[in-house]
Amino acid sequence: MGRNVLRDGDVISGALLAALGVYIFMQGRAWDYYTADGPGPGFFPVWYGVAMVALSLLLVVSKITKTGERPAVDWAATGRALITWLAFALAAALMEPLGFVLSFALLTFFIVAFIFRRPLLTAGVTAVCVALGFYLVFPIALSLPLPAGFLGF
Amino acid sequence: MDIASGLLHGFQVALQPSNIFWCFVGCFLGTIVGILPGLGPAATVAMLLPLTFKMDPTGGIIMLAGIYYGAKYGGSTTSILLNIPGESSSVVTCIDGYAMARKGRAGAALGIAAIASFVAGTVGVVALTLIAPPVANFALSFSSPEYFSLMCLGLALVVLLSGPSLLKGLLALLVGLWLTSIGTDLFTAQARFVFGQATLLGGIDFMVVAIGVFAIAEVLASIEAGEEAKMLPVPRGIRNLLPNWEELKACRFAFVNGSVTGFLIGVLPGAGAAISSFIAYGVEKAFSKHPEKFGQGAPEGVAAPEGANNADSGGALVPLLTLGIPGGGTTAIMLSALVLWGVKPGPLLMQDSPDVFWGLVASMYIGNVVLLILNLPLVPAFAQILRLPVYILFPIILGISIVGAYGASGRMFDIALLVGFGLLGYTMVKLKYPTAPLILGFVLGDAMERALRQSLMMSQGDLTTLVQRPISAIMLGLAVLILLLPLIGRFNQARVRAIAEG
Repeated sequence: MGRNVLRDGDVISGALLAALGVYIFMQGRAWDYYTADGPGPGFFPVWYGVAMVALSLLLVVSKITKTGERPAVDWAATGRALITWLAFALAAALMEPLGFVLSFALLTFFIVAFIFRRPLLTAGVTAVCVALGFYLVFPIALSLPLPAGFLGF
Repeated sequence: MDIASGLLHGFQVALQPSNIFWCFVGCFLGTIVGILPGLGPAATVAMLLPLTFKMDPTGGIIMLAGIYYGAKYGGSTTSILLNIPGESSSVVTCIDGYAMARKGRAGAALGIAAIASFVAGTVGVVALTLIAPPVANFALSFSSPEYFSLMCLGLALVVLLSGPSLLKGLLALLVGLWLTSIGTDLFTAQARFVFGQATLLGGIDFMVVAIGVFAIAEVLASIEAGEEAKMLPVPRGIRNLLPNWEELKACRFAFVNGSVTGFLIGVLPGAGAAISSFIAYGVEKAFSKHPEKFGQGAPEGVAAPEGANNADSGGALVPLLTLGIPGGGTTAIMLSALVLWGVKPGPLLMQDSPDVFWGLVASMYIGNVVLLILNLPLVPAFAQILRLPVYILFPIILGISIVGAYGASGRMFDIALLVGFGLLGYTMVKLKYPTAPLILGFVLGDAMERALRQSLMMSQGDLTTLVQRPISAIMLGLAVLILLLPLIGRFNQARVRAIAEG
């Protein structure tokens, strides 16, 4: 048990949610719970904060006391998804300096070339076409603004 | 306005050229979304919501509803041809639909799915037309305590039916309540959970949460799954898409079963089309003279679930339009859309916005005809969409998600939040936390807190006001009962099985 249980997703998420519940409860306590006009801003958070702590601890305890095989995690597949998310996060961060079109083209190139392992030429053509398509549809045709970078688009 | 004149007014609204156009656009997009695995109606409605801001509310809701029920029509195509459900509501269709296709009856299976969807979808809209007005009249007597208890009841049902773990459903709901608390308190202007960020004073935009939790998470989960399947050939020509007389005869009861089961389950918040299709399939098999044929390509095994998941749409709109209580992710986004346009769903919707209510209902009759046309002769054309490589589709979804999040506010901060909610949604999928309770908690949290605080103001702090009023007491009692039901072992086993298979 021991180490394996502590690595379990339910135990970790339960512990994190319990911590969030404590934070919500403490914050709620800092605001008015009840005023002359009725329940204050702290009233509702205090209650659902307490509920969150209780339920998440119940989740942790039920997981720790439950025996049996835990399903194995396919880290290669999970890694693929997480790397895609990291690339998405990086593209979002680059949107301020580079603008939507450039950073989105880079993201598309990365996904096609490295996540789906397609030839670099395919990735390049896809990235250019998709980014250009977005530029033509949203800012040009629909007048919906997209983040602009140092190049002005 | 009585039902007949209301419906007549609705047709006058829905038959305006612009509204027919939006109905067609919604049904068309819905069919595409239904066909594409990895892109659901909730994600699509969330992504397209910012584009509807400048639209007239009637046209906007007609289009969004078209996506919602159109996706259920399209979902059967991949179930039958690929053995991969396009939507969760078409999971059961795989069993007999794919078996029929392997026997060379793919055309008949697609035809039965389209006919069952049309029949049951229309029955669902008829039932919505007849049932919504009396429900709204009844709800006019509701005050804050009844609304609070009603929301508790709705959320309890959503938690019960959204996933095998009740604990995880409740925790997801509480996270949704917390997220919606972020910002300025409406009663006292107290800033809550803003972490010193002025940008959070206005709260978190619903669309950022919905797009992140649904669209981004779906893309990441699909990339993780990395499935590729071979499509069976699509029959060409309308003749090859029509079932024969024996097959249609075998489906008689399934059309009725799908219509009734789908509508009744649809009215319950949280149950959703996946569960209604599963139950309709179970009922069909239980009453069949040849249960051994199920799983081997029984036409009624396609008709019952496909009918049920379409009748479900009409049922799901009853609580949304008459009580302002959405039953799932997509209807929650539709509720937010109505609020953003300044339309308040609830018992007064029919009186205050007859164009929106009756226009939407009438448009669904038209939409069902549009979808029958799109899904019978045009199925071979739509099936070509499946040839679009996922390496192009996924970046497009990510791009539209960014446009959706940024377009609403024009703030880079919302793109950062989108990235965070995408990871949250993916983590929830990985750890088997249901996402629907989070979204519903987020959508209803504000109204729930307001109703509770107003109830306590009315009763000078006496919490027993919630159980002293009969309607409120009944609904609250039912909510508690629903949350206690899983403690009964046999009931919980049946619930978990239904969710797993649905």
